[in-house]
Amino acid sequence: MRDMTLDDLCGSPSGEHVLTYADGISRRVYTVDHEVPFPDGRLIVSRTDLRGVITRANDSFVAMSGWSMPELIGEPHSIMRHPDMPSVVFRDLWHTVGRGHTWHGHVKNLRKDGAYYWVYASIVPNVRHGEMVGFTSVRRKASRRTVAEAAARYAALR
Amino acid sequence: MTAHVPPAGVLGFTVSPDFDIRHLPGWYVVNTWLQRQSGRTIALQMFEDFTSLHHAIEEDRVDLIFANAFDAAQLVRERGYLPLAKPHAGTDEAVIAVPASSAYHSVEDLRPGVRAAATDNPEVELMSLILIEPADLARADVRVTVQPNHVSVAKALLYDEADVGFFLAATFDDLSPDVSSQLRVLVRSEIFVITHVFLVHPRLAALADTFRRCLMVMDTDAKGLAALDDVGIDRWEPVEQEEVEFMIDLMHALQE
Repeated sequence: MRDMTLDDLCGSPSGEHVLTYADGISRRVYTVDHEVPFPDGRLIVSRTDLRGVITRANDSFVAMSGWSMPELIGEPHSIMRHPDMPSVVFRDLWHTVGRGHTWHGHVKNLRKDGAYYWVYASIVPNVRHGEMVGFTSVRRKASRRTVAEAAARYAALR
Repeated sequence: MTAHVPPAGVLGFTVSPDFDIRHLPGWYVVNTWLQRQSGRTIALQMFEDFTSLHHAIEEDRVDLIFANAFDAAQLVRERGYLPLAKPHAGTDEAVIAVPASSAYHSVEDLRPGVRAAATDNPEVELMSLILIEPADLARADVRVTVQPNHVSVAKALLYDEADVGFFLAATFDDLSPDVSSQLRVLVRSEIFVITHVFLVHPRLAALADTFRRCLMVMDTDAKGLAALDDVGIDRWEPVEQEEVEFMIDLMHALQE
């Protein structure tokens, strides 16, 4: 996962962060204070392996993330992680799906160009012949009220 | 349309009740095609609503089914049905429509207590409820009146018996120009993953490849092609078990 550069950005950077993920890998990211609205009627769908590496993505994922399909496939899902998201949320996510349960929650995602978009995400374990083999993630448009609540909750957790 | 129990040895074939009524004769031709090609006796049973279909599934009377994704999820995961084929083109999408003169111009305009007209199609309800989430509405916030078919849903809108109508996009697009000109699409889903699937009961697993072959060659024969045309499908496409499993995972993610 490469560091972001200023050339990636769609506007003036509002922040610079070095994120360290659960696997110990660090990445420099820049944020731009611009929200891209989630389009009506769309769902972002992707699949990952058990380590969270993207194995399948749909066109809505490509459009909203700003990454091309070849850039997304093979990358960890954390490539979308926005520094405003508290790590405890992702710990809860992995703990929940690791036990074979579905996780739901609001997520602020970082685009390739530094802008962001909010989603309501549902992540289900893929169980085949009794064995967990990966995860399917479905993201949809959330109401502004629930986004505002999530943003406040996450700000308090950071 | 009256459902009946086929005699012993006869395979029961049915189609998801959300089919276009104009395709009804075509499904009988497809049934005849399958009989001739497979050498098995097959009786087509068409159900007027999903309650009747689900009752037949509970009674284990469905051997072959062209099912919507919602039912396919249950049939594959819980009953072990095997996927045979899917239509080459077209996915299941939902449309939420309003009268053309409605004050609603976006989903976010909807408020708790909104009156909705819908059929008993659980797949459409699931997709429609997801489409209204941005308005901060859940199932309990919507007063749903169940209608016998999509034309009645449209009429409920035109007679001011409902504020919004939940439609399978394909059926909405098939409304007559006279009716559709009086309606307006508030939002249309663009999921592109959910599709109807042709399934066979696991007790007929030994015949699965036979039925697959029958369906795959349908568009190479004049009579088969005509039958396909009569049900609005250009050709069948192979569908892998994993592809159906992916669709089911997606449905479960949306349901829970």
